[in-house]
Amino acid sequence: MKARVLIRPKAGILDPQGEAVQRALPALGFEGVANVHIGRLVELDVDDASQLEPMCEKLLANPLVEDYEIVLNQ
Amino acid sequence: MKFGVLRFPGSCDEVDALHAARRVGDAELLWHRERDLKGVDAIVVPGGFSYGDYLRAGAIARFSPVMESVIAFANGGGLVLGICNGFQVLCEARLLPGALLPNANLRFTFRQVQLEVVEHDTAFTRAHDGGRLSIPAKHSWGRYYADEPTLTAMQEHGQIVLRYAKGENFNGSLDDIAGVRNEQGNVFGLMPHPEHAVDELTGSTDGLCIFASMRMAVEGARV
Repeated sequence: MKARVLIRPKAGILDPQGEAVQRALPALGFEGVANVHIGRLVELDVDDASQLEPMCEKLLANPLVEDYEIVLNQ
Repeated sequence: MKFGVLRFPGSCDEVDALHAARRVGDAELLWHRERDLKGVDAIVVPGGFSYGDYLRAGAIARFSPVMESVIAFANGGGLVLGICNGFQVLCEARLLPGALLPNANLRFTFRQVQLEVVEHDTAFTRAHDGGRLSIPAKHSWGRYYADEPTLTAMQEHGQIVLRYAKGENFNGSLDDIAGVRNEQGNVFGLMPHPEHAVDELTGSTDGLCIFASMRMAVEGARV
């Protein structure tokens, strides 16, 4: 089974990468952009989807500072 | 007293850590695949880029065989010092509270930093004779973060050991935190590098007091 894990900085934690990109966009003429956040995407094939959450908790994300979202492609 | 200095693929400061530890005692390297800590009295988790720092700094190293033994050693009260990448590894292993995030300036930054010693009576600062410490820092993932309840508990238990002096917090660490210990006081991590400040040749010997304090703690416990 194919799965994607989206990992992003928790709300309220300074995200300097997102801020830098947000500042760059108006300079290129893209107006009206807010709340830019940059995270990671992990794509993987798994036999047992129930393992994804413990994988995220233990390794793929750091739950102290990151939120994660599991997306399954059946 | 004998220090064990871990060596991971990608470590780069383990030789300086060995050299610094040998200024105050015996020391040997411990390879990441070894589970045997060879009877050492204290552990140093050194700086570098363990396992390439893939995914997050320190995230993969914490699952290495040697770290399983270090976690058991720490839980049994053994002294563990984590420097830079070693600090990141100890946070990932949950031996220390909080996490280290990319520097607010988004750059790898190398500079001499001035540190305030907040807690003087610890196993890692007891040999310090007062005043600021001048120690080099060099990292790109050094922004310390802990959530509000964790931070409050850390303050209550005297776990914030070192802070960047005013104007020195280049990485954006919360509350200028540069070094923290666990609640039991036997595990300590800091982003700056005391092992690079043990000889006048490199401009400062302020880092020696960290290693000397650990020796005092180990030998005091033996008496």
